[in-house]
Amino acid sequence: MGLKNYVANLKKNFEKGAKYEKWMPVFESFETFLFVLGETAPKKGAHIRDAIDLKRTMSVVIIALLPALIFGMWNLGYQHYLAQGMSDASFWNEFNHGLWKTIPLIIVAYAAGLGTEFLFVYIKQKEIEEGFLVSGLLIPMIVPVDVPLWMVAVSSILAVVFGKEVFGGTGMNVFNPALLTRAILFFAYPTKMSGTIVWTSDFDEIMANGKLADGITGATPLGDAAAAIGNLDAYHAKWSAFDAFMGWIPGSVGETSTLMILLGAIIIIATGIGNWKIILSVFLGGAAMGLLLNTFATETNVYMTLPWWEHLVLGGFAFGAVFMATDPVTATQTEKGKWFYGFLIGFIAILVRVLNPAYPEGMMLAILLMNAFAPLIDHYIVKAHISKRLSRVKVKQA
Amino acid sequence: MANKNLKLFVNPLNIDNPILVQILGICSALAITVQLKAAFVMAVSVTLVTGFANLIISLLRNSIPSRIRIIVQLVVIASLVIIVDQILKAYVYDVSKQLSVFVGLIITNCIIMGRLEAFAMGNKPLPSFIDGIGNGVGYGIILIIVAFIRELFGAGTIWGIKVIPQSFYEMGYQNNGLIILPPMALIIVGVLIWVQRSKMKELIEKK
Repeated sequence: MGLKNYVANLKKNFEKGAKYEKWMPVFESFETFLFVLGETAPKKGAHIRDAIDLKRTMSVVIIALLPALIFGMWNLGYQHYLAQGMSDASFWNEFNHGLWKTIPLIIVAYAAGLGTEFLFVYIKQKEIEEGFLVSGLLIPMIVPVDVPLWMVAVSSILAVVFGKEVFGGTGMNVFNPALLTRAILFFAYPTKMSGTIVWTSDFDEIMANGKLADGITGATPLGDAAAAIGNLDAYHAKWSAFDAFMGWIPGSVGETSTLMILLGAIIIIATGIGNWKIILSVFLGGAAMGLLLNTFATETNVYMTLPWWEHLVLGGFAFGAVFMATDPVTATQTEKGKWFYGFLIGFIAILVRVLNPAYPEGMMLAILLMNAFAPLIDHYIVKAHISKRLSRVKVKQA
Repeated sequence: MANKNLKLFVNPLNIDNPILVQILGICSALAITVQLKAAFVMAVSVTLVTGFANLIISLLRNSIPSRIRIIVQLVVIASLVIIVDQILKAYVYDVSKQLSVFVGLIITNCIIMGRLEAFAMGNKPLPSFIDGIGNGVGYGIILIIVAFIRELFGAGTIWGIKVIPQSFYEMGYQNNGLIILPPMALIIVGVLIWVQRSKMKELIEKK
């Protein structure tokens, strides 16, 4: 218990009247990050009592993210060497490359986001809550690997301040902070967030050195599908749905492997942290829109003929469904509402993806849009409950 | 008396600011604050229109039948806006083109109608004129602050002159595309409101 004693000793400096009194909330934030305090709910009053608090809940999400993260690191290296025609690079070479590309992103996202949160904790003199624990890991997993670090920092800070702190901190935010960071990046620095050269690490360097292997364009399958002309044969010759499911395709770190994401989904569903209704209904919504588009496909838009089930393994769809849509703060709270919320996310994501050429990936926009509508859905679900129950009331006539 | 007139001019600059406190004229604050030059021209135009519309309506106030006062006010504003529009076209044609419909839309700027109704209809010409100018300047200051931030981070220029050195760009700096979009202007106005209220506690509404 060396660490615990050390922390307890440190704490004396932050108690009332001591030298660093004003830093107490910041200190406490770190302390509760390391240890669960004696109590997770106040002893008095109507609180739900549980053995774990929000911070431990979020730790489970971090664990659920690890399969996708580790796979993504390897895949980054794999794509990097593949672009140079070195498909026989050793596993550790590939993994190391991805690791050293991802770690700076993780550090910068955490430093910028947590720094901002601690600043607000210090100003407001209240303890930090979940903080940035999950968002900080989500951000590196959903941005292109070569995005400059300062852009990540700027966007994280803006997202935390305007997406979270102005609403009153964790639990009060309307929008998912990690997705908001991505949205800010996307609209502020579009050249670094879309196109064909951003998805493989050091792609511009490889191109400049003339090492680019034949047939490699750097485009993601999603980008290729959107750009397909005539028919999808060329697309299917290049990418198969199995590749996309397993994840050895270009893309951002976390999103490529649907398999690893589903592994994470099992973890968060089994521990009761993620809601299976939302995840399932997002996939249902996506499938429904995909089917609809297949049915009404026109000759001018080849993308509409992409089989509906292939949409579900491409791009950030699965990642968004499992880790973004289920965010307990920004999703709907009512059980029935979760079905509507999830379904509409999937539905709109595929709609944006296929019919709006300006946004090849609709998942981010769909989730942010439904974040905004979540309270409205809840409102009407609750209202429907009330009127249903009222209709059962019999007024006795005197 | 002079003190009272001074207050009419100073209050709208801060404690009674049309944008930050009355939340009027937001639409144009979002639309034309991408560049400082355009925002400045807009600010001057609105100040002149508010000032002279207030003056004219105040002169006419006793002879306007109250049932048709809105029509009369609109005619006055519209005539002034047309004059401003013609002047802009004659002397600063490029800015006028940039502002496009927003010069004409000064007519619908809520600040002007608001001041006519709230002040000029019931006050003497001189105080009305000062009130109009004060509100126009109060509006203009916010416009210029927002435009300054947006032009600096969105285009790296101020008044069309490059201020972020080329070496920054070579090191990988990029202009922020989000700040050019209207939502960011709304956020900047929001931040200004935030700053103002944290300085002036009396503006915070009681719960």
